[in-house]
Amino acid sequence: MSVIRGATGDWEVVIGLEVHAQVISNSKLFSGSSTTFGAEPNTQVSLVDAAMPGMLPVINRKCVEQAIRTGLGLNARINLYSVFDRKNYFYADLPQGYQISQYKQPIVGEGSLTIDLPDGSTREIGIERLHLEQDAGKSIHDLHPAKTFVDLNRSGVALMEIVSKPDLRSADEASAYVTKLRSILRYLGTCDGNMQEGSMRADVNVSVRRPGAPYGTRCEIKNMNSMRFIRQAIEFEARRQIDILEDGGTIDQETRLFDTKRGVTRTMRSKEEAHDYRYFPDPDLLPLELDPAWVEEIRATLPELPDAKRERFIREYGIKPYDAGVLVSEQISADFFEAVARGRDGKLAANWVMGELFGALNKAGRSIADSPVSAENLGGLIDRIADNTISGRIAKQVFEEMFETGADADTIIEEKGLRQVTDTGAIAELVDQVIRDNPDKIAEIKAGKEKLKGWFVGQVMKASKGKANPQMVNQILAEKLKD
Amino acid sequence: MSLDKATVTKIAHLARMKLSEDRLDHMVGELNNILDWVETLKQVDTEDVPPMTSAVRHSLRMREDKVTDGGYVDRILANAPDAEDGFFTVPKVVE
Amino acid sequence: MSTADLTELGLAEARDGLKAGDFSARELVDAHIEAMEAAQVLNAFITETPDLARERAAAADKRIAAGEAGLLEGLPIGIKDLFCTDGVRTTAGSRILDNFIPVYESTVTAKLREAGAVMLGKLNLDEFAMGSSNETSYFGPVRNPWRRAGDPAAELVPGGSSGGSAAAVAARLALAATGTDTGGSIRQPAAFTGIVGLKPTYGRCSRWGIIAFASSLDQAGPMGRSVRDVALMLRAMAGFDEKDSTSVDAPVPDYEAALTGDVRGLKVGVPVEYRADGMPEEISALWQQGMEWLRAAGAEVREISLPHTKYALPTYYIVAPAEASSNLARYDGVRYGHREDGGNLIEMYENTRGSGFGDEVQRRIMIGTYVLSAGYYDAYYLKAQKVRTLIARDFSDAFGDVDVILTPTAPSAAFARGEKTDDPLSMYLNDVFTVPASLAGLPGISLPCGLNGEGLPLGLQLIGRAFDEETVLRVAGVLEEAAAFDARPAQWWREA
Repeated sequence: MSVIRGATGDWEVVIGLEVHAQVISNSKLFSGSSTTFGAEPNTQVSLVDAAMPGMLPVINRKCVEQAIRTGLGLNARINLYSVFDRKNYFYADLPQGYQISQYKQPIVGEGSLTIDLPDGSTREIGIERLHLEQDAGKSIHDLHPAKTFVDLNRSGVALMEIVSKPDLRSADEASAYVTKLRSILRYLGTCDGNMQEGSMRADVNVSVRRPGAPYGTRCEIKNMNSMRFIRQAIEFEARRQIDILEDGGTIDQETRLFDTKRGVTRTMRSKEEAHDYRYFPDPDLLPLELDPAWVEEIRATLPELPDAKRERFIREYGIKPYDAGVLVSEQISADFFEAVARGRDGKLAANWVMGELFGALNKAGRSIADSPVSAENLGGLIDRIADNTISGRIAKQVFEEMFETGADADTIIEEKGLRQVTDTGAIAELVDQVIRDNPDKIAEIKAGKEKLKGWFVGQVMKASKGKANPQMVNQILAEKLKD
Repeated sequence: MSLDKATVTKIAHLARMKLSEDRLDHMVGELNNILDWVETLKQVDTEDVPPMTSAVRHSLRMREDKVTDGGYVDRILANAPDAEDGFFTVPKVVE
Repeated sequence: MSTADLTELGLAEARDGLKAGDFSARELVDAHIEAMEAAQVLNAFITETPDLARERAAAADKRIAAGEAGLLEGLPIGIKDLFCTDGVRTTAGSRILDNFIPVYESTVTAKLREAGAVMLGKLNLDEFAMGSSNETSYFGPVRNPWRRAGDPAAELVPGGSSGGSAAAVAARLALAATGTDTGGSIRQPAAFTGIVGLKPTYGRCSRWGIIAFASSLDQAGPMGRSVRDVALMLRAMAGFDEKDSTSVDAPVPDYEAALTGDVRGLKVGVPVEYRADGMPEEISALWQQGMEWLRAAGAEVREISLPHTKYALPTYYIVAPAEASSNLARYDGVRYGHREDGGNLIEMYENTRGSGFGDEVQRRIMIGTYVLSAGYYDAYYLKAQKVRTLIARDFSDAFGDVDVILTPTAPSAAFARGEKTDDPLSMYLNDVFTVPASLAGLPGISLPCGLNGEGLPLGLQLIGRAFDEETVLRVAGVLEEAAAFDARPAQWWREA
């Protein structure tokens, strides 16, 4: 158990997350306008999104399907009967004066996901529920000295609110949770997980308690859209609460904002008003009843998810659990790895993908999606190592060339004449030459200075410009020295 | 249940309506009359009775995921009291 | 025909006359524009659109000449100012929308336009359709064309909320009009002005583009001077709309064809609970007379019980304000309508909504906000929703035994302006006979069946099974013929 040491003893931090994940769909949850990011203000707004008088919502089938799909991916119960409610409050970017959400009867009930911790251990975290709701518009406060500007392009975009149980105990765990959730959503194709564009945001509930004591009063930190900030905010907030409690104070249940510049949380002023959301079933909509056959159809199309894939990679390719974890975190890297590894040495494939390829991509600031080296070409390179056409060292040189030009290994090997020399006569000739050139060193070896053998191998390799097969050089050199 | 003026004031604020003191005073009586009158519902035994949220019995109809709407910022802003640069505007909000 | 004669026609008659070439749509529309302009004192219209009407009438004449006439081609009608009309100011009778010009057309008015109907203007109503007397309109009260025989000086209300619609049809300013009915807003004003008004089954007409009052109850319907006229209007207004999730996908029958005049063997229920204490003798006598007429036509009249009737009004006055409090949250001065500035966003909201809504609307928003608020939801809103289930069950049980239900429409004839404005509860009681069917989502019609001692019209109501408007219309047709109601208000407003 991770604890935080305070002046008066140990404290445990308790964290629950509400993640808002933007559903991947062409049009909005209750209207036919586009969900594309980054359009000119108010250009992706329908009369419904602007809450014009008399406008009515009609639900998007795809958004419902995505919620079911996500629920299934989180091993959760799918509720065949769910209800849309209105959550009533006034805000400039909430045109209807209410948000259509699901309150008492969400579309998805309890589920779970497994988080992978830095020390290699795993923990199962409970999912409380998932529901569908509308996103609000965007208020922009810095375009005018006296006015807030409102853009409704986001208004009505479908969100899934995924609520965890208060099962997380540290910033590390919270971060691992968001990482795993993001990975699962991306595998499922239900959310692109782009935190910078705001398609995934988290409200973080933080409280502290003495280990084993009942839950303390929690504060909610709103709208976090970076993993780093989530960690910082949790660490700051836990410390803030501990300091208050240790000074004999009490925690006020409140909504806070994380000030990214100063690295502190503070009370959110617009939320100081007491809220009473007056939830009630939206009379413009009817209960959502799902056909169980449809749910099963969706279940049948679920992809292999990261945990299952990780187990299979360990089993089938004999790679290390850590490596498998890294490879499956993104579907695209898992697929790339598998295309390289299939029918080859899995460990070698993992080393090449995670070592050379990831390193080079990182250095070039590119992602695997636009890797200049295709999985097929990387596999081809590994094949040439396996069949002794080139040595591992030459292979690195070939890889660099491949990364530069996008050409395949065979072409580069041929063009640059990098094929390994495996002709015994040719190697023997080189060995003889080196022996001839260094009679003093030979004398030393014969006098018992065995260590110099390695130096001879190096000289021969150098003379071959690296192309001689090192094993053969060793072997022939050993024989010659015996003479 | 009887409403006092403080509660009525609170409700008016929740509903974002500024009412004069006079109106608030008057409203206390009116709302209490109405609430007393609807008290008769307490006489009805509604044990095991489900709530009726709609007179329509079919399940929610779903539409296809197609972009069929939007793209007319001028129409969206046509009635706006104070639009600027393609945005609606409100007095500055401090978050 | 003279201009005045053309306003005497009913909707169906005018349609037949146009078809026969007896007059042009332009002439018909001009006659009604003249009548509308001569009746300013009634205050039936909030916005008159004579130029648009003439333009559309001319287009209608072309279509008639080309043999492309729609169901209501060239027929001048009025539109309740709760229906959004593209390019024509739509106010809901409220200051908060006094400058709102929709960029879209409600489904129902679009269907009417497509059928060729010509809009004369937008009709006055209680603010956001909340009221039973048309006295809550920001644009002033509507005067009932009818006057008490012994007291012509008393200004009578036309009922509400579709008071402008009722007055315009009764005064022959329009051949027919659209109304909306949430708890009686078509039927009660129809009864107060001696015309026919039909509230269809919930889900029959699209709500898209109609400014919402209480979403689970609101329903558009026709108002006209005969059962045939409303049947004709309903055919054009009704139908499935994929833009309204509560719209029901069922075929629209030819309602006119349902007027067979034959009710032999039909079972008519008379709910004992509607015999309220203190019902005026004239009304109970008229109700009795209605039963006799139907019996004489071969129907079987029997008593039924709707045990939860007395809980309908309190239920309605929880459910409707609750929904309204949320539906009216969008009127915040940000995107359209009235705005009154304030030092910050909250003050702007409070000033806008404090000055933009009238007393009755504010009262209902307050009640609705309260009954949904934390700690009270179960006691009020949830309880009301459960009682609503019982009220709907009463009807479905009754319709196991009978085909249609006959009741009075309203507990009184039209009353004088100001008579009930100081006491909201006494105003609410106007809806006592109309609200139960609204809660159950059932179709109901009111038609004039006689006059009271002061010469004011009284209406009877028929309630039918869900989506059985045809039976309702058929029985109404028989009652209409038996009642032979031909009284009409003197055109005093022309002299005024």
